[in-house]
Amino acid sequence: MLLVLGWWAVSASGGTFYLPTPGEVAATFAETWFSQRLLDDVLPSLARLLAGYVLATLLGVGLGVPIGLSPRLRATAEPVLEFFRAIPPPILVPLVMLLAGIDNAMKVLVIVSGCVWPILLNTVEGVRALDEVLSDTCRMYGVRGLSRLRRFTLRGASPQIMAGLRQALSIGIILMVISEMFASSSGLGFTIVLFQRQFQIAEMWSGIVLLGLLGFALSVLFRWLERRVLSWYYGRGGERA
Amino acid sequence: MSGLPRWAHGAVGLAVMLGVMEAVPRLGLVDRRFLPPASEILATLARELATAELWLALGETMRGWAIGLAIAFCAAVVLGVIIGTVPGLRAATHSTVEFLRPIPSVALIPLATLLFGASLGSTLLLVVYASFWQVLIQVLYGVADVDRVAYDTARSYGLSAWSRVRHLIWPTALPYVMTGLRLAAAVAFILAVTAELVIGGPGLGLSIQVAQSSGAVSTVYALVVLAGLVGIAVNSAVRLLERRVLAWHPSVRSEVPA
Amino acid sequence: MLEVTGLKKVYQAPGRSVEALRDLTFRVDAAELVCVVGPSGCGKTTLLRCVAGLLPATAGTVRVSGEPVKGPPPSMAVVFQEYGRSLFPWMTVWQNVELPLQEKKVPREERRRRVAESLEAVGLAEAASAHPWQLSGGMQQRVAIARAAAYEPKVLLMDEPFAAVDAQTRADLEDLILRLWRDLEVTTLFVTHDIDEAVYLGQRVIVLSSSPTVVMEDLKIDLPPQRDQLTTRSLPRFAELRGHVYAQIQRARGVREAGPAEQEAR
Repeated sequence: MLLVLGWWAVSASGGTFYLPTPGEVAATFAETWFSQRLLDDVLPSLARLLAGYVLATLLGVGLGVPIGLSPRLRATAEPVLEFFRAIPPPILVPLVMLLAGIDNAMKVLVIVSGCVWPILLNTVEGVRALDEVLSDTCRMYGVRGLSRLRRFTLRGASPQIMAGLRQALSIGIILMVISEMFASSSGLGFTIVLFQRQFQIAEMWSGIVLLGLLGFALSVLFRWLERRVLSWYYGRGGERA
Repeated sequence: MSGLPRWAHGAVGLAVMLGVMEAVPRLGLVDRRFLPPASEILATLARELATAELWLALGETMRGWAIGLAIAFCAAVVLGVIIGTVPGLRAATHSTVEFLRPIPSVALIPLATLLFGASLGSTLLLVVYASFWQVLIQVLYGVADVDRVAYDTARSYGLSAWSRVRHLIWPTALPYVMTGLRLAAAVAFILAVTAELVIGGPGLGLSIQVAQSSGAVSTVYALVVLAGLVGIAVNSAVRLLERRVLAWHPSVRSEVPA
Repeated sequence: MLEVTGLKKVYQAPGRSVEALRDLTFRVDAAELVCVVGPSGCGKTTLLRCVAGLLPATAGTVRVSGEPVKGPPPSMAVVFQEYGRSLFPWMTVWQNVELPLQEKKVPREERRRRVAESLEAVGLAEAASAHPWQLSGGMQQRVAIARAAAYEPKVLLMDEPFAAVDAQTRADLEDLILRLWRDLEVTTLFVTHDIDEAVYLGQRVIVLSSSPTVVMEDLKIDLPPQRDQLTTRSLPRFAELRGHVYAQIQRARGVREAGPAEQEAR
């Protein structure tokens, strides 16, 4: 609330060209986004984000589990993984454009290529740190194969996996926007840049607000999911990383 | 693990990756116009490293990174300590912080473009915004971690606000501050490159964009590799700093087996 | 039922090897309860992990009903010392007890009956839907015991199960073990560092030397079969046996101090 008041105070007193009042932006927001744009720009963006995020999760967890379970594989893969994680994800955009063109597949691929590393590395870490006594317990009581993976390995590593997923979510949003700013004819990122180029300032601000709301909503959603998945972990007094 | 030391496994891993990146284009699995062999990428990198332009671009990027990080760090520490210690302020700002924090920093790209155009200013705006929250959140955690009894003791002995901050709050919050700095340094580097790439401020990001639009494919790859190496350097430098600064701190000391 | 013959375990690390178990031979007959005691650091846990098939032995064999143990045998259950780490924190008490039975493909009805019965037996029927971390340490160990009992093993191994619970709880749990052992007629190997506990629980007590470990004595406990905390522990014979084991362990410590170089084989 403080925030909106502050904004209003600054914009009303300053009255600059670049900073419209909250009232203007709210009005523009409604007419800009509650329209065909919702279907043409917002939903496709979200669909690409979701597709990339899900693929990155499958890939990251799928590769992270075997790497985490084998010390030798881990030692071999670690420097390579550290290198890929250190590359700022947005610069993968021009690279992936080279490889995959500028269509939907490219944007999904960009999101995957940025999101997969934190998920992968956190999964490796989580699987590595699984409790040995629990692991012995599984062996003694004949819990093996898929059942062991589902009931022990993934559950035990889930706090770290969730931490990786949280990092990946913010990277995913960034990449969603950037890949659209770069090469696109639709999508949130594209539309906001278009408004800016045409000096439609109020519309541009409404886009920024929309992105903010989106980021906020996704983080709330994620926290809700995290609480459900990790209720045992918080209950036990596990740290909130 | 079989006899080999750990680093040898890592070296094998790197060699395998290079081998695959060499083989895939040479065998024609991917068109080498889009993915040049690893040897070509590394050769290009070596050639680029000999040019002044590259070092200038790298210098620009690191300047944006360092200035942005410094501004964000100082602002976040000062604000964090004030918000954390002044009674009531924490609660009053909570919702604002919780709302602003998850806003993706790239949402500010159009604004930065409008205000500053393709210059250091727009890079700084993004870098500062993104890294500010990382530090602020950690500082708030750190200040909240100050022992109540110790705080009341300090008050009852009439320590001034300034000495309370200096002798009590700062040492307690320091490990959190360093964590924040570590996260912020990585984020700041990402945003510095991103801003250059998208808005076109001078630096590594712009060089990549230029190389890509002029079709110099192996240069794009070489610069991406360079960015990865710089990223690793940034991470290890901050980690080293963290260990130095916190060498006396129990949270670090307890990690080292006696 | 359980035969250990010439068991030897040498840990190999780069540049050095440590001989933990030198030569262990003993047997546990069907439906017998045998306690293993030894000075601290004598490789009790190593022994138990070898017997359980969790750790491959360097030499020697472990047989259950005549079958050599290569991996964890399906007829065996273990209760670990670290109760906090041997229960799945993301499952309820009920699910923890039920999981091994699901893996054994026990039909649903029978599974429910066995879980309910064993939780009843350890006095935790009320806590079935709680999560382990909501229970006290002693209660958590009861869940682990219930899980082992519901599994209906032929051989039950216990690795210092009460080392980390308080004295009062410990006495209760000891009597619980005696009761379950009698009801289920399960062959039990109980590893402990507590001499009193070993003498109180065991029909026999095997005393180990310090590392590298050999069997120092295989002692028959000729106390009346019906035991309880008050009368059994105040019998003169109990004190004699305890004194005897105590002296043996002191001797084992002396041996170790005389020849520390032996611990590291070349």
